[in-house]
Amino acid sequence: MVDVAFGPEQGKRPDLSNTREAYLDMVRRKRMYGGILLVLFIALMSSGWMLADDRNAGGFWGGLHQVFDFPSEVLSEAWEKRANLPGIFIDHIPALIETINIAAVATLIGGVAAMALSLLATRGLARWPRLVPVFRRTLDALRAIPEIVIALVLIYILGGGPVPAVIAIALHTGGALGKLFSEVAENADPKPVEGLASVGATWSQRMWLGVIPQVAPNWLSYALLRFEINVRASAILGFVGEGGIGHDLKLAMQWGQGRYDQVVAIFLLLFLTIVLIDQMSDRYRHRLTKGKPA
Amino acid sequence: MLQVKSVTRMFGQKAAVDRASFAVEGPQFLGIIGRSGAGKSTFLRMMNRLTDATSGEILVEGRNVLALKGADARAWQSQCAMIFQQFNLVPRMDVASNVLHGILNRRSTVQTLFNLWPRADILKALDILDRLGIAEQAPKRAEALSGGQQQRVAIARALMQDPKIILADEPIASLDPMNAQIVMDTLKRINVEDKRMVIANLHTLDTARRYCDRVIGMRDGRIVFDGTPDQLSTGVARDIYGADATFNEAATSTAIPADTTADRTYADLMMS
Repeated sequence: MVDVAFGPEQGKRPDLSNTREAYLDMVRRKRMYGGILLVLFIALMSSGWMLADDRNAGGFWGGLHQVFDFPSEVLSEAWEKRANLPGIFIDHIPALIETINIAAVATLIGGVAAMALSLLATRGLARWPRLVPVFRRTLDALRAIPEIVIALVLIYILGGGPVPAVIAIALHTGGALGKLFSEVAENADPKPVEGLASVGATWSQRMWLGVIPQVAPNWLSYALLRFEINVRASAILGFVGEGGIGHDLKLAMQWGQGRYDQVVAIFLLLFLTIVLIDQMSDRYRHRLTKGKPA
Repeated sequence: MLQVKSVTRMFGQKAAVDRASFAVEGPQFLGIIGRSGAGKSTFLRMMNRLTDATSGEILVEGRNVLALKGADARAWQSQCAMIFQQFNLVPRMDVASNVLHGILNRRSTVQTLFNLWPRADILKALDILDRLGIAEQAPKRAEALSGGQQQRVAIARALMQDPKIILADEPIASLDPMNAQIVMDTLKRINVEDKRMVIANLHTLDTARRYCDRVIGMRDGRIVFDGTPDQLSTGVARDIYGADATFNEAATSTAIPADTTADRTYADLMMS
């Protein structure tokens, strides 16, 4: 009788010398590929450095020691006027709130769009399986264009202000979150969905009752992470004229010497806000995915 | 009532189900036995329309359910309950909601998506859970229940559908002997008391012998036996499970204890 656990008896087992050779071959091949990759990496790094050195107007190495001149100038002026900082903080709170508002609304709109698009783009769950590549490419396209590019285009159409910023961030968020959502949904257990299908549930019932309860904690967690990223993006969009705290920062920096205390105050405000949001979302995200702390 | 005519399902060049034909009259308890990969699951999934057939007809009261499309197919699914080996409940939802899912097809989308079930539906779901002896589990999440309890929730969902036919795909293959017996006894009582047809894929001969009115044996997609449990001789079993030397009867029996006939079973107690 054939021994299922240990295979054929000793004399009848297949010759192992071939296997041994094949395995050693594989080890050699893997090492060779590793070596080639290392050489490629070093070549790319060194060529990059050389290119940077050539392109720089004043010479890369020559200019390197000046990198810290500007920050030290800004910081020393801010230190002299440190008594003004609390007042400046308060002045800029409305702009900060606008920036956070832009990020929140954009995350919400982008997140809702991502929910629908991601399910349509997930193999095994899609409403129209043949259109999966179409929705995947749509997500790619949305993700590929940075917020700032969309915003610059929208400024020409809609003018400055928070609305183009919201649209720009929401479009990028839809693509970025859609991709992450879709990956989570792909790993969802198909059994509950099949159970719902067996009672004659429609696609929307299967998704809402079978998939969403499984993926909701992870989706929310990703959305919170994205909110944090979007606060930064929204601040940057202020630089191109979309309002919020980024706009204030740009004005202060353009003014130059004499307003460096404002620059530092705004930087601090932004930094502290982002740290705060990061801390809060970190804690909440942990609770969502791992459950409440014991 | 049920006529299966030459139903075939091809996966590539291989026929998972090969020209299966049989007919059932009245609320029988029908067992389908065979080895893994014999086509039992594929056949049940075609009946419930989870898998499309390549050819053939399944006539239920004269209507070919394999030809139904879209909303008609879903309406058929709502009358043809299915019980799975892995229960296939929504793990993060409460037990009563999982039972209510049985009538998803008969309530509006808004009602179902936002959990706005009519009071009468909720009471019916609780009644069914009570009948199966698990009413106190109603508010718990399905994932918090044991395997045997989850399978009874799945049966409750099937009863909520008020189905013409209950399909059970290896309903006890993931359960311990005690729970296996409870689940099989429950299915048998539903079959007898409610006069609903039950078609169950079973792994083991002794379960089929004990519960079924009629047994169909499948091998390599074809029906090789169709008869009463009494006719399931060792020779017939060899036909179904393959004639290789490793076959023995013990390998096809699980441990549903056979000596409980005199006592009232656990499921009897729960359902009385």
